[in-house]
Amino acid sequence: MASVVLPYQVEPHPVTGVTSGKLGIWLFLASEVMLFGALFSSYVLLRVGSAPEFWPRGVQAGLDVPIGTLNTLVLITSSITMVMSWASLKMERFNAFRIYFGSTIGLGLVFLVVKGFEYGSKFSHGIFPATGWPEASDPSTFYALYFTLTGLHGLHVLLGILVNLYLLGPGTGVWKTDPERFTGRIEIAGLYWHFVDLVWIFLFPVLYLL
Amino acid sequence: MSISEAERVQEHVKVYVMVFVALAVLTVVTVGISYLSLPTALAISVALVVATVKAGLVASYFMHLISEKRVILWILLLAAAFFAALMFLPVGTETGIQPLWPLSM
Repeated sequence: MASVVLPYQVEPHPVTGVTSGKLGIWLFLASEVMLFGALFSSYVLLRVGSAPEFWPRGVQAGLDVPIGTLNTLVLITSSITMVMSWASLKMERFNAFRIYFGSTIGLGLVFLVVKGFEYGSKFSHGIFPATGWPEASDPSTFYALYFTLTGLHGLHVLLGILVNLYLLGPGTGVWKTDPERFTGRIEIAGLYWHFVDLVWIFLFPVLYLL
Repeated sequence: MSISEAERVQEHVKVYVMVFVALAVLTVVTVGISYLSLPTALAISVALVVATVKAGLVASYFMHLISEKRVILWILLLAAAFFAALMFLPVGTETGIQPLWPLSM
């Protein structure tokens, strides 16, 4: 049976100068910019439209700044382990790649577990997305935005972990048959992962510090 | 793979480590500044400037945008223009700027 090989997976397309996979992931990330952009825009609209006394700083709303800082450092660390895993493949050090890439997955899981504890703490205090702030007078949508933004971001982290688990498990077969193609896949997975880190870099100060 | 490419990647690794240290330091800086109880407008400005610098470091070095092909940069420029429009919509609403397409007649 004749097999169909998708073109420009390894060699760059003559028109764009990049592989199809890289062009695809950047188009996807551009759409992600708009997805999160719409939510950030909603945040600005709702916050600017709210009286300052009805909009809490993260600390007032019970968000834990040290925990948020820890999670920020966890994601930043996962970004460097991700880029190091790609660099390891470029240097043909497959064992180093496995260690760095596995660390990236582990750090992603740490981020989600910490986030889960944060959510659990909120739920145990009776705080849910529909809860207003201050709770008594109920005029602010702070918690709705907090849960929507961090929830959507958390789903992105989860998706990244699942894809990365595939690439670390059954996906490694491609390294043996076509190392350049595998390196390209890791670069693409890395671009997605760095974007998720980049979104958190804005979410953290906006929700926790301001 | 040529030795020169491996050496080139080795050089990149040093940059990645420097970027990581910068990101960690800037995280601590932005948290530290938040404890200074600055006026709201100043606090928002400082936090967003620091976040933008951090995002720029991630995009430029970890995502290799600093040496990326032009087609990718154009895609991102287009996304950035639409993103800016999204962010200015609420600002325009609050300052009474007439929208180009009024939502209600």
